[in-house]
Amino acid sequence: MTRKQRRLYFVLLGMLALGAAVALVLSAISDSLVYFYSPTDITTQRIPEGRRMRVGGLVEQGSVTKDGKLVAFRITDLTNTVPVAYTGILPDLFREGQGVVVEGRVETDGQFHASEVLAKHDEKYMPKEVADALKKSGQWNDGKPK
Amino acid sequence: MIAEIGHFALVLALCVALVQAVVPLVGAKRGLTNWMAVAGPASALQFLFIVMAFGALMHAYVTSDFSLVNVASNSHTEKPMLYKVAGVWGNHEGSLLLWVTILAVFGFAVTLFGGNLPPGLKSRALAVQAMIAVGFLSFILLTSNPFARLDPPPMDGNGLNPILQDPGLAFHPPMLYLGYVGFSMAFSFAIAALLEGRVDAAWARWVRPWTLAAWIFLTCGIVLGSWWAYYTLGWGGWWYWDPVENASFMPWLAGTALLHSAVVVEKRDALKSWTILLAIVAFGFSLLGTFLVRSGVLTSVHAFATDPARGAFVLLLLVLAVGGSLTLYALRAPAMKMGGLFSPISREGSLLLNNVLMATGAATVLLGTLYPLIADALNLGKVSVGPPFFNAVFLPLMVPMVVVMAVAPMLSWKRGDVAGILGRLKLVAGLTLAVALLVWFLQGGSAGPWWSIGGFALATWLGLGTLTDFAQRIRLFADPAGVPVRLRLLPNSAWGMILAHFGLAVFIVGLTASSAWTTEHIQTQQIGESVDVAGYSVTLTGVETVPGPNYSASRATFEIAKGGSVIAHMQPEKRTYRMPPRPTTTAAIRSGITGDLYVVIGDADPKGGYVTRLYFNPCIPWLWAGGALLVLGGLVSLSDRRHRIGAPARAAARKVPA
Repeated sequence: MTRKQRRLYFVLLGMLALGAAVALVLSAISDSLVYFYSPTDITTQRIPEGRRMRVGGLVEQGSVTKDGKLVAFRITDLTNTVPVAYTGILPDLFREGQGVVVEGRVETDGQFHASEVLAKHDEKYMPKEVADALKKSGQWNDGKPK
Repeated sequence: MIAEIGHFALVLALCVALVQAVVPLVGAKRGLTNWMAVAGPASALQFLFIVMAFGALMHAYVTSDFSLVNVASNSHTEKPMLYKVAGVWGNHEGSLLLWVTILAVFGFAVTLFGGNLPPGLKSRALAVQAMIAVGFLSFILLTSNPFARLDPPPMDGNGLNPILQDPGLAFHPPMLYLGYVGFSMAFSFAIAALLEGRVDAAWARWVRPWTLAAWIFLTCGIVLGSWWAYYTLGWGGWWYWDPVENASFMPWLAGTALLHSAVVVEKRDALKSWTILLAIVAFGFSLLGTFLVRSGVLTSVHAFATDPARGAFVLLLLVLAVGGSLTLYALRAPAMKMGGLFSPISREGSLLLNNVLMATGAATVLLGTLYPLIADALNLGKVSVGPPFFNAVFLPLMVPMVVVMAVAPMLSWKRGDVAGILGRLKLVAGLTLAVALLVWFLQGGSAGPWWSIGGFALATWLGLGTLTDFAQRIRLFADPAGVPVRLRLLPNSAWGMILAHFGLAVFIVGLTASSAWTTEHIQTQQIGESVDVAGYSVTLTGVETVPGPNYSASRATFEIAKGGSVIAHMQPEKRTYRMPPRPTTTAAIRSGITGDLYVVIGDADPKGGYVTRLYFNPCIPWLWAGGALLVLGGLVSLSDRRHRIGAPARAAARKVPA
């Protein structure tokens, strides 16, 4: 095998791998992207039923109710709120008044069912999307919710 | 006082690093021996100062000196000693100090062990190492001083985030950093080689053990982190394709590729510019990992509070290091002469194929990890890319890689004989097919996903293929009498390869089984109530409150019965720490070769009973065993005599038959 042939082999191999990767990415990306909505987006826009999405904001004070493994709470950006239903054990750092991101979908009953409540390791942490959602609703002040 | 000495030592280290970054480089360019010789003592001095600073911070933590902001906000007198020590790197400032400490250790190691390195290469590499140190030391001194004072000092500290108070996590950051920073060695030597315009077997022989050492630490760090996430976060999973996890996985992929391509440079004098590129990319990914974790630009389940100014600084370092080195690469790499020729079907060819696949895999992980940032910048909306993307894109790319992995070690260099090897693998192929059919039969068509068949088949193919290679190397069947001698003669690097490849096969079993067949039960359980989980009867027998050193826990007791007889008691806890006042979950896990029974206790239900979460996670111990085999393989390979006697002199290296 000459030098030129080897270079050709190298290039072909690279293109083949990249081509396969691009094909896989294109086929997977539209189904697996999860869009983020703020409570205001959910209230004001028409949300496609059954599509996976993330919703973030603050857990509204006094909104958490538990019935065995069923948990219900509301997420707020201090302008609008979204009721969320969740089944399971909440992460340790979940509490009222704190930033939270949930992932799930709007089911046929019109309610948002979370399949995951994203846990944080640090209570000082505010998810970036939540901070942005609060900024958009005008409820963000000096790096903190008003 | 000691803190001030620490701070001052850091400033001195920065000054020394500045000298070390410039003088040896000029010396190497102009051929001034005494200028080049500055590199050695400078790296020793830099090491001394940085270790002093690290020691000072350690002292502050151990003695609970709350007049330091860093100690006051991250430590507490009540904390056990292990976590006082681990607390040093359990925060942003301290973890960066650990980062540069490790960098200094590696730099000093070049001076200590690099006696037989060509002086030009050594001084240039040490200069590059010092440039990295300058970047990170100024980062620490300008934005994240761990020695900042607090006046008046508080009576007690805020305590370490309880979720970090765990032996698994105490050692996870140092391991990960040893891996990240270890790749700086390959990087420095790659840049030095580009400056010199020469890459040869001596270069590869020097870079290989360091890359291997870094890879071992990184593997160990990732496995520890994964294990920690599995047993402390209480969700029964061990990998989530989260940005912070990907941040450690990308350098691992690039490092693994580098490890293999460096072999080709050493043995066959080929793939040189590709290897240099991988060395740059592996360290670039390490910097990117540091940036992603420290800047908080991506929402992660593992995110910690962050400061945007710091993120910007690391980004600047990243752009300078990666941009600069890639520019240098573009200018100098074409001059790198290609070495030995080989056919696509040869050991080099298959190593290259796997390199390309691994690099492509790393690229897709990079794309998926950064896509939310790109989409946000282009106003395409706020998105997150989750496990479905990575599973659908990354895993298929790894399938051909694993298939080739079983064959590649049997191929000879230069030109291989595929037909002959496939002939030798006939039995393995048959057994693979049998396993696939068995899994298909056991699943009964609908009890599991179709890909689990493929996963088990791949694991069988790789595992048995590796064993076949091993058996042939020692001629187990052809000449059983000579086996003990050949076992002793088999080089440690070959043992390492066999252990690591077999480890990956074991890992794939765990990965497939735990992803395909996990069962989860969430319910409210009354005291005395039983739930059936994968053939076990799990009964909640009671919940009591017990005190811990710096927390109090409500501890539940579950009685586990199988076939009517009690086989074990399990005690998961929900702990509430005193400082900071925060709850954590401690799962109880009963491991067996077929899988883990995993029990989590939740809150009490006002109507009586407790919310409980019970899992059966099949084959999870296989994951840890596979990871341990990878690390063991790395260690055994590192102990190879040829590494210990160090890099051969350049003249001798040329005598390697082409």
